[in-house]
Amino acid sequence: MDGAAHSDSAQMPTAHFTAKLAIWWLIGSEIMIFGGLIGSFILFRLARPQWAEMAHHLSVPIGSFNTLILLTSSYTMVRAFVSSGRRDRTATCWNLLVTALLGLTFLCVKGYEYAGKFSHGYYPNAGLFWAFYFTMTGLHALHVLIGIIAILILFVFGLRDRLWPIASRVEFTGLYWHFVDVVWIFLFPLLYLTS
Amino acid sequence: MFNNLPQNISTYGADIDGILYLIYAIVGFFFVTMEGYLVYAVVRYRRREGVRAVYQTGETWREMRWVVGLVAVVVFLDFLIDFRGADTWAKVKQDFPSGDVEILVKAKQFAWTFVYPGADGQFDTKDDLTVPRILHVPVHRKIRLTLTSEDVIHSFCLPEVRLKQDILPGRRTPAWFEVTRTGTFSLVCAELCGLGHTKMLGVLEVHDDSGYERWLAETAKEMFE
Amino acid sequence: MTNDPHGPQKFIWKYILSTDHKMIAKQYLLTGLVMALVGAFTAYLMRWQLGYPNTNAPGWGLVTPDKFNMLVTMHGTIMVFFVGMPLLVAALSNFVIPLQIGARDMAFPRLNMLSYWIFVLSCVALLASFFVPGGAPAGGWTGYPPLSASEQYTGVHWGMVLWITALALEFASFTMGGINYLATFMCLRVPGMTYFRVPMATWFLIGASLAFFFSVGPLIAGAVMLLLDNVAGTGFYIPAQGGEPLLWQHLFWFFGHPEVYVIFLPAVGCVLEILPVFSRKPIFGYRAIVWSMGAALALSYIVWAHHMFISGMNPRLATPFSITTILISVPFAVIIFCMLASLRQGSIRLDTPMLWGLGFLATFLIGGLTGIFLGSASADIYLHDTYFVVAHFHYTFFPSVFFGGFAGIYFWYPKLFGRRYNETLGKIHFWMTFIFFNATFWPIFRVGAGGMLRRIADPTQYRILDQFKEMNSMISVAAFILILGQVPFVWNFFWSMFRGPAADANPWRAGTLEWLAPSPPPHGNWGPGLPTVYVGPYEYSRPDMADDFVPQYRPVGVLGGPAGQA
Ligand code: HEA
Ligand code: HEA
Ligand code: CUA
Ligand SMILES: [Cu+2]
Repeated sequence: MDGAAHSDSAQMPTAHFTAKLAIWWLIGSEIMIFGGLIGSFILFRLARPQWAEMAHHLSVPIGSFNTLILLTSSYTMVRAFVSSGRRDRTATCWNLLVTALLGLTFLCVKGYEYAGKFSHGYYPNAGLFWAFYFTMTGLHALHVLIGIIAILILFVFGLRDRLWPIASRVEFTGLYWHFVDVVWIFLFPLLYLTS
Repeated sequence: MFNNLPQNISTYGADIDGILYLIYAIVGFFFVTMEGYLVYAVVRYRRREGVRAVYQTGETWREMRWVVGLVAVVVFLDFLIDFRGADTWAKVKQDFPSGDVEILVKAKQFAWTFVYPGADGQFDTKDDLTVPRILHVPVHRKIRLTLTSEDVIHSFCLPEVRLKQDILPGRRTPAWFEVTRTGTFSLVCAELCGLGHTKMLGVLEVHDDSGYERWLAETAKEMFE
Repeated sequence: MTNDPHGPQKFIWKYILSTDHKMIAKQYLLTGLVMALVGAFTAYLMRWQLGYPNTNAPGWGLVTPDKFNMLVTMHGTIMVFFVGMPLLVAALSNFVIPLQIGARDMAFPRLNMLSYWIFVLSCVALLASFFVPGGAPAGGWTGYPPLSASEQYTGVHWGMVLWITALALEFASFTMGGINYLATFMCLRVPGMTYFRVPMATWFLIGASLAFFFSVGPLIAGAVMLLLDNVAGTGFYIPAQGGEPLLWQHLFWFFGHPEVYVIFLPAVGCVLEILPVFSRKPIFGYRAIVWSMGAALALSYIVWAHHMFISGMNPRLATPFSITTILISVPFAVIIFCMLASLRQGSIRLDTPMLWGLGFLATFLIGGLTGIFLGSASADIYLHDTYFVVAHFHYTFFPSVFFGGFAGIYFWYPKLFGRRYNETLGKIHFWMTFIFFNATFWPIFRVGAGGMLRRIADPTQYRILDQFKEMNSMISVAAFILILGQVPFVWNFFWSMFRGPAADANPWRAGTLEWLAPSPPPHGNWGPGLPTVYVGPYEYSRPDMADDFVPQYRPVGVLGGPAGQA
């Protein structure tokens, strides 16, 4: 607090720190968005026990499988970060690629689930539960997609050996990817396991 | 500012007006003294040759003590307003007396309909009376309303009664009032509800007891014959 | 860091796709002012219909009820989100924060440019709604569903969709902006610029960004749901489909109340910046003010239901929300008392920026105090949705956006454009605005207390309003003159930009860092070396110095500045 004593405490932080701070602020705002959606869902859900019936139509095995996929991808993302720290190009590229592929797998499974729901007539306008289901998972899938694109861009940079100047982006993308993962950890039990 | 309030015709209207005047007195005091000081300071401390401003940062408790004192006054007045207001609020919106007369209010784009339970005192029976636009009530009786809407949010507003209550579709919202004077008063929709919002007007018709009975009987006769 | 004054730039890079924070600030400024013209035009049409019901408005024609609803909606939306936000939050943050903390630019200049262009896109989306089939949105600026959730209720489909899209884009833009301002503030302060030496304008702009940042998320989620209701047939807010209309109101006002402070705080910051300069006194109670702002911010998240007292929510919630709402008077009381105390025993000069600053104080006080009537739930039973509320929020918004905003524009004009504006025109502009603003909105309190409701397209329908016929016409005339009163500004603004006398670096003899940079500051702001900060921002008239101010960048030996001391 004491200005005179700390007058040079305002040392300029590094660009790396600044960027990381920005990612955290971004995640903060995303938490507020998903928080709003999830909070609304919980309030509705508590007032509507009959939704348990509909949650029944969601496949817990498929959901669990997808959860596993995402968790694994978070692990490979960490591996990518660690390898990039060691400047190990091969390992970084491989881990990035596997992460992206796992993300794609997640999306494909999600698409398969959506198709199944559509074929039974459960569209977003088929009642509020489905409206929430599609909005929440859809918004999440959008975030997964953005994450995959970011990771693939890093992967391409890695292939061309141009990754090291922007190596800190592996860390930032990783932070974002973990966040997307955590959102799913909330969505999965809320939607699938409340029957 | 409040000398052109519409006349008050309800039992609780005076309480609400009382709060308005109480707050008016409190904030009026701050308004006058602070605007006054602002003008005074600007005139009194205008820049003059050779007069230097006084260096004062307000960083010590000594310099801040009058601010602290005033803030204590503000906090006290805030709670005064809260307590007076809470009583009135509870009276109007929380502690519903059992009604002498029960009426169902139906709002839709852009019209009011009022349903009276009829002779058997029960809703949803054959002798219910359905009356468009005009809300007939007896004077000096507790009127208990159930407000419903078919489409969007409307707001049931009787300015002279000092009553306003939004009506949510898909819900039954309670409200009550008691009028102290006979006559014809306004009933308006206070929430933007679409194209015809302006024209969603009704009438509050307050009868004396015998007049009300007569009106009920006549309406029943008209409806069922 | 962008430190490279790379020679003469191409037009497009200099003026359109610039990443220089000062150019982006000017872009926001101009966009906001142009939108203000549109907002003023909608106000003119509404006031015409209210003052001279059912006659042709010159230059437009008859304002029918459907048009009136669209005008109210567009007026509110434009003034709040497309005038208040770009002028007070974006233009000021972009211009002032880096200059006051000694940065060369924003932390992320390209993100900055991107957020401006997303903002432009959202303006286009909103204005386009005037031209699509069905017309502009007509659900009020608060867009309460079910009215706003389905074409069957308003008759407007594309307009509504565009409205939500425009808001979503705007929120995205200001979220990016917010990240940038916060990161810049936290990471790019020059050595010596400790948190308690940061000038007030920067503090309050950061407060505004924080208020925005932590309240907008839930509304983004809410907007997604409203959009889906409109286009995908979901029923989040439609009871017939199991939805809940009140959900929107909670999400909207959880954001909406902090949002009014998002626009209000930067104005307070500007005025706090101006008061010491023109009264040659330190700001009174720097720390008390900063802490009060923090307290007001914290409280602003737990007052939202004061907009919903009679919405049909649980009535037991009203009293708690009343208490928190009215308690907000405490931090603002501290701030306003400190502002008045900063004048005491000063040496006051009434230049144009100071006039606007004092005008802000005088008018906002009325707006703040009338908020107390509305904050009391039982008084709000009567006042809710009347013109009393309309007067309250014009007495808070207008001082913020225009008195505070013009205070800032005139104050930093020399720094923005390197030229001086014309004082006489500036003063004429002030007095026209001050007089006719009060002449417009003071009577609106009276018609509101008399029972006139908001958002009514045709006052002749109401018997209780017959007595206000003349007053309504007078209000309208005053409003028209208020709008005309802006002509001196427009002239002054553009003429002085090219023809005004050149301004030197520190025309007001002020102590904060931006006045160290040349006017206008070059790309990179500071030349080769960054300044260092030694004292607090408002060291005016120190008894131990001959000069009547000590700029932040001047070493004063062991003295230190009281504002920088414990
Ligand atoms: C910049 C904008 C701004 C600001 C700063 C404020 C500030 C405040 N507002 Fe306002 N308000 C709006 C913009 C703003 N408002 C808008 C746009 C709406 C309507 C939205 C819509 O429906 O369309 C609205 C509506 C609104 C309502 C809902 C009314 C209704 O719809 O029925 C309420 C109710 O509580 C309210 C209260 C307050 C309070 C208590 C403050 C406080 O922050 C004021 C605090 C300041 C002071 C009190 C003055 C300083 C203190 C003193 C001098 C000490 C002495 C005071 C006492 C002893 C009490 N406002
Ligand atoms: C910042 C907010 C703001 C501002 C400044 C204003 C300004 C004005 N408003 Fe507005 N108003 C709102 C926000 C604002 N309003 C909101 C939120 C609503 C509620 C909407 C709803 O209910 O949904 C509302 C509603 C509202 C109503 C109620 C409508 C109704 O409920 O039926 C009325 C009626 O009189 C009104 C009138 C005016 C007038 C006459 C002005 C005048 O003060 C306007 C004067 C114009 C200017 C001062 C602009 C000057 C232009 C420039 C300076 C540009 C210069 C240009 C260049 C340099 C290129 N407004
Ligand atoms: Cu019904 Cu307005
Ligand atoms: Cu509010």
